[in-house]
Amino acid sequence: MAVLLDKSTRLLVQGLTGREGTFHAKAAAAYGTTIVGGVTPGKGGTAHEGWPVFNTMQEAVAATGANASLVFVPPAAAADTVMEAVDAGVALVVCITEGIPTLDMMRAMTFMRGKPTRLIGPNCPGLISPGKAKAGIIPGHICLEGRVGIVSRSGTLTYEAIQQTTRLGYGQTTCIGIGGDPIIGTTFVDALRLFNGDPETEAVVMIGEIGGSAEEEAADFIKREFRKPVVSFIAGQTAPPGRRMGHAGAIIAGGKGTAAEKMAALEAAGVTVVKSPAEIGAAMKTVLG
Amino acid sequence: MKIHEYQAKAILAQYGVPVPRGERVQTPAEVGDVARRLGGTVVVKAQIHAGGRGKGGGVKLAKSPEEAERIAAGMFGMRLVTHQTGPEGRIVKRILVEEGLPIARELYLGLVIDRATGRPVLMASPAGGMEIEKVAAETPHLIFKAYIDPATGLLPFQARSLAFSLGLEGPAVGKAVKVMTQIVEAFMGTDASLVEINPLIVTVSGDLIALDAKMNFDDNALFRHPDVKECRDLDEEDPLEIEASKYALNYIRLDGNIGCMVNGAGLAMATMDVIKLAGGEPANFLDVGGGASADQIRNAVRILTADRNVRAVFVNIFGGILRCDILAEGLVAAVKELNVTLPIVIRMEGTNVEIGKKMLRDSGLNFTTAEAVDEAAATVVTLAGGR
Repeated sequence: MAVLLDKSTRLLVQGLTGREGTFHAKAAAAYGTTIVGGVTPGKGGTAHEGWPVFNTMQEAVAATGANASLVFVPPAAAADTVMEAVDAGVALVVCITEGIPTLDMMRAMTFMRGKPTRLIGPNCPGLISPGKAKAGIIPGHICLEGRVGIVSRSGTLTYEAIQQTTRLGYGQTTCIGIGGDPIIGTTFVDALRLFNGDPETEAVVMIGEIGGSAEEEAADFIKREFRKPVVSFIAGQTAPPGRRMGHAGAIIAGGKGTAAEKMAALEAAGVTVVKSPAEIGAAMKTVLG
Repeated sequence: MKIHEYQAKAILAQYGVPVPRGERVQTPAEVGDVARRLGGTVVVKAQIHAGGRGKGGGVKLAKSPEEAERIAAGMFGMRLVTHQTGPEGRIVKRILVEEGLPIARELYLGLVIDRATGRPVLMASPAGGMEIEKVAAETPHLIFKAYIDPATGLLPFQARSLAFSLGLEGPAVGKAVKVMTQIVEAFMGTDASLVEINPLIVTVSGDLIALDAKMNFDDNALFRHPDVKECRDLDEEDPLEIEASKYALNYIRLDGNIGCMVNGAGLAMATMDVIKLAGGEPANFLDVGGGASADQIRNAVRILTADRNVRAVFVNIFGGILRCDILAEGLVAAVKELNVTLPIVIRMEGTNVEIGKKMLRDSGLNFTTAEAVDEAAATVVTLAGGR
C-alpha cells in the first residue's frame, strides 16, 4: 500500500504545455503514472504530447475523470491555479511552484477551508509512491518499492533519504515533499497521520529544518499517537538567526524556530534524531533491525 | 526585503497612520533649516537596517537647530554598532530629523504572519519602547493578540478589545482602533511580512503617533509593488550577496573559510551542519537551485571564491533533475576559466554520477572526490587548514 498516490490516481497537469510541465509530465508517464490531460487557459481543444488540453479545470475533470492535479504554473498565477483545482473537486493537488507570495497562499488556504481537497506544497518536489505513480519531480530511478515512509520540507534532502533507504534494501511506501514555504497545505502531522494508517509503512524518515514550529507539533503528535519508529534530521543546526536560508520558511525569527529546540522536542518524543544526513540510513537500520 | 524607518513611515502615512513631522536629510548642512521648520527641538535619527539604534548612539535629542546640526555632523559616517548589527556595525549614510513630541505613554503594535494558523496576527502591548522578544520572554501576559481572518480583515471588535487591553479610554480607544485598522490595511496592501510600531506613543494631548516604524516585505511579492522595490538600499547589503542575486543564486555570506556550493536549500543548510560537525566553519550558504545552468555554476564559483577568507571549497550536489555530468562540465569550465587554485572537494550523487566523477578525475584540476558527505566534510576541513 501507499498513501495519497497509487495506480488508481488519474492526474491532470496544470501548466502542461510549459517547459517544466511537459518535461515532468513525460517523466511521470514514463514512470507509469496515469496522466489524463492538461490545463492551459487559451489552449483548450488542442493536444500536447498526445494528451488533451483544456481551458478550465471544471472541463478537464468532467472530460477525464481526473482525481488529482499537479501544478507547474509561474508564482504570480499559482495560488489561483490551486484554487481552481480545489473548486473542480479533485482529491489531491500537488503544487511544485516556488516563490508564491505568502498572502496569495493565505487566501488559497482560506478558500480551501471545509473543502475535501488535500494540497501538497507549494515549493516542494511533490510525491512518489515507488512502483506505482509519481506527481512531481522526485527522480524515480533512486526509489525502491518498500517499507519506509519519507516526509520532508526539503527537496534534495528527500533524495538523500530515498537513496540511503534504497541502498539498504528497505525501499519506500510513499515519499512526500511537503515544501519549504511558511504556509503549506500538508504538514508533518498530516503526513504522519497518513503513514500511521498505512499498514505497509513500518517506519518513517522525517526531515525538518529551521523556522516555524511544525517539527515541535510533529513531536507532540508522535508522543501522543504515532505507533511506528521515526528517524529525523533537522537542517540548519548552524544557521545564523534572522537570515532566510533559501527557503522562504527557513528562518530563525525572534530566537524561535532553532534546530536545537526541534531536535530536543523530537528526542523527547522518542524519535531517533541524527546530526548528519549521512546517518539516516544507519539509524533506520537500528530502528528496523 | 527591509527598508528604512523614514520609508516605512512614508508608506504608513499613505494609509493614514499618524507619524511625526520630519524630513530625511543628505548632509549636516540641511539639518539646521529642517530643525527650524520643525520648531526647534528635534530628534536626529540614524537610518540603518537594524534595531537598537538608541542605545548605540544613533538617536539623539537636539534642543536647538545648531545642536541638531552638530549632532548630525557627528552621526553621518559613524560606525553604528547595535545588538542587531554584529560587532562590525553599519556606516550611517542617511539621517531622519523629526519634531520632538511630549510623550505620555509608550505602546507597542506589531503585525506578522503566524505560521501555525497561517494568518496574520496583530500583537499589542502596553510595554512599548522595549524589545518585544524580551517582553514576550519575561512578561508574556503583557502581549495581547488578535488573529486576522484574511476574508474579513481586522474586525472593529477585535481592535476595540486590544485597545481596552492596552488600558486606553475615552477618545484614545477610537484613535487606536483606527491606527490598528490602518496598519493591517498597509500590511495587506503592500504584501508586508512585518509591521512594527515601537513605540506607538500617546502624547500629552491624547494623540496616538507612530514614533518609530519598521516594515519588512515578502520578497516573492515585490513584483507587484514597484514602489516598495525602489526603497531597496544596496548599502545595507553584502556586495557578494547583491552580485549573487543577479544570477538567481541564493547566497548568504558567513564568517568561516570553507566555501560551499550546493543544490537545494535544505541540503545547503545540512552541508553547513556537517562542516561544523567535522570541526570546520562554512564561509557561506549557497543554493544553486534544482536545475542550475552552466552559467549559474560559473557565477557561483566566481562569487564564492571572491570571498578572501575562503581556503577550500566544498561542492555537494544531489543530481535529481540536474545531471552530474552537466555539473562536472560546468565546474571544470569555470575552474579553468577563472583560474581557481583553491582545493575543491566534490561529493556528487544521483543521475550520471559515474560519468561526472570520471570527467572531474580526467580534468587534471585540483579536485578531490568523495563518496559520503561526512568523508567529504572531513577532507575539506583538513584542506582548509584543519580544525
